[in-house]
Amino acid sequence: MTTTVDTSTRTPSSLTGGTLPRWAPALVGTVAVVSAVALNRVTGLAGGFATTIVAALIFVVLQSVWSFAVEGKRHAVDRLATTVVYSTFFIAVVPLISVLFTVLAKGLKVMSWGFLVNSMRNVSPRSPGGGAGHAIVGTLEQVALAAAFAIPVGILAAIFLVEYGRGRLARAISFFVDVMTGVPSIVAGLFIFTAFVLGLGMERSGFAAALALAILMLPVIIRTTEEMLRIVPNELREASYALGVPKWRTVLKVVLPTSLAGIVTGAMLAVARVAGETAPLLLTTFLTQSYNNNPFAGPQAALPTFIWDQITSGTSASVDRAWAGALVLITLIMIFYIVAKLLANRFAPKG
Amino acid sequence: MSKSITMQDVDIYYGAFKAVEGVSLKVQANSVTAFIGPSGCGKSTVLRTINRMHEVIPGAYVDGSVLLDHENIYGSGVDPVNVRRTIGMVFQRPNPFPTMSIAENVLAGVRLAGQRMSKSDADDVVEGSLRGANLWEEVKDRLAKPGSGLSGGQQQRLCIARAIAVKPQVLLMDEPCSALDPISTLAIEDLIRDLVEQYTIIIVTHNMQQAGRVSDTTGFFNLAGVGQPGHLIEMGSTSEIFSHPKEQATEDYISGRFG
Repeated sequence: MTTTVDTSTRTPSSLTGGTLPRWAPALVGTVAVVSAVALNRVTGLAGGFATTIVAALIFVVLQSVWSFAVEGKRHAVDRLATTVVYSTFFIAVVPLISVLFTVLAKGLKVMSWGFLVNSMRNVSPRSPGGGAGHAIVGTLEQVALAAAFAIPVGILAAIFLVEYGRGRLARAISFFVDVMTGVPSIVAGLFIFTAFVLGLGMERSGFAAALALAILMLPVIIRTTEEMLRIVPNELREASYALGVPKWRTVLKVVLPTSLAGIVTGAMLAVARVAGETAPLLLTTFLTQSYNNNPFAGPQAALPTFIWDQITSGTSASVDRAWAGALVLITLIMIFYIVAKLLANRFAPKG
Repeated sequence: MSKSITMQDVDIYYGAFKAVEGVSLKVQANSVTAFIGPSGCGKSTVLRTINRMHEVIPGAYVDGSVLLDHENIYGSGVDPVNVRRTIGMVFQRPNPFPTMSIAENVLAGVRLAGQRMSKSDADDVVEGSLRGANLWEEVKDRLAKPGSGLSGGQQQRLCIARAIAVKPQVLLMDEPCSALDPISTLAIEDLIRDLVEQYTIIIVTHNMQQAGRVSDTTGFFNLAGVGQPGHLIEMGSTSEIFSHPKEQATEDYISGRFG
């Protein structure tokens, strides 16, 4: 006796249903684009942007109707939702790609080794040449100083909040961290300007700028570190206590290493955030056209203020320099970020 | 080497809530004692008071005295860190440190407690503890690999090795097999029978067969109702508790009529 199933006479199963062919989205897409372009040609009414919208609408309607007819309601809704998710993703990415592309295209025009090492000393806004070397040095020094203040203080504050803080003091600190997150950057600059430059009679310097940037970094670092410490399982702390390890060593040797990857990423995001700040720098260090390698004395240039300065000069040579400066700034932040990711991977718990 | 535990009229609180009331018991040195009882009756809480892990939870405190031989571990001037070095603990879920290798996990208690030791001493501790936990043969070729790469049963034995590496006198186990399969459970139970020659062991378990297999003495905990404190109902030799319990509640529980 054979048990082969005779497929020709098999009754339709309740598990199978109609399905659109795999090439259906491609076909619908082609039809939508072609008909939208045709509509545009025939009526001559709308531009490229409107044509894109029309094509998208035709695609959505056509696909939904076809899918509903063949596959039923659930599949039609599924396809509609998929289309919405993909299109919102593209809408979100377009500005990002566009910014990167514009900066790259315009910034590369005057990009050269000379641009990276020369300053704007004795270069008039009208004439080409000059560079952002002084601004690169300024940004690196200011951000490094700000990080040197904010990273240790921020991490220690987060450790206090998560591991030690109880009651009113912790709640008050937590509240003020939230408030600080919302402080506009120019207010941080104004505070340092009032307290240190006017109040203590300090001269404007990269150091003052670094203090303002540190204020902006602190809440970001505290919040991310706090989140990272909170996701360390309590079981690990208990395992450590149960071995007779004191609390401070548990925090130092078990909790911090376990969450180090996230803390490093958070710190680098904070660095990236402040590296592009302009307003606080104008108040605290202003700007200069020459190299000033000493962050503790006198005005110092920085990339954001360099870009601002060149753009406001308004000549074609200076606008080109502003774009090149923007390219340097974005590249710098990207390098920070890549280094942070590599470090984070290195420290991440294995296994 | 190993020491006895005596609890005298211990009340245990979580803030204002009294979780366990009036526990008095004695655990002999070099014996295995099992705590059994329904969920929420406070057996894990009692276990955690024995090495002062209970107070790690904010607001939790203990009233009464717990004697390690003749010394009250809740006496004034006693450092909980030293208590925990003497009375080790193994938890319900295996919890090796994810950033450390197998060997580093075993040495964690020694190293993190701030002791320095030579390379050869450290190697001896690693081998001795892993042998003691019946894990040496399985991991001796990959001591530098992360501990989280081991199976659940191996991880639990790694945690036992980590606990005995600091040379405690008492070992507390909080449902050490509840996350493990029967074969790993058997390995841990065999290990408990080996370890009792050197350590005093107290184990919390939901598995009554396990209590019957590994323990010399059994204590039954119960609570009158939700929101009421847990009590130690009766404690005696395991064979007696399982064959002729004195209390009706114990008999109901072990014969599966409730809980």
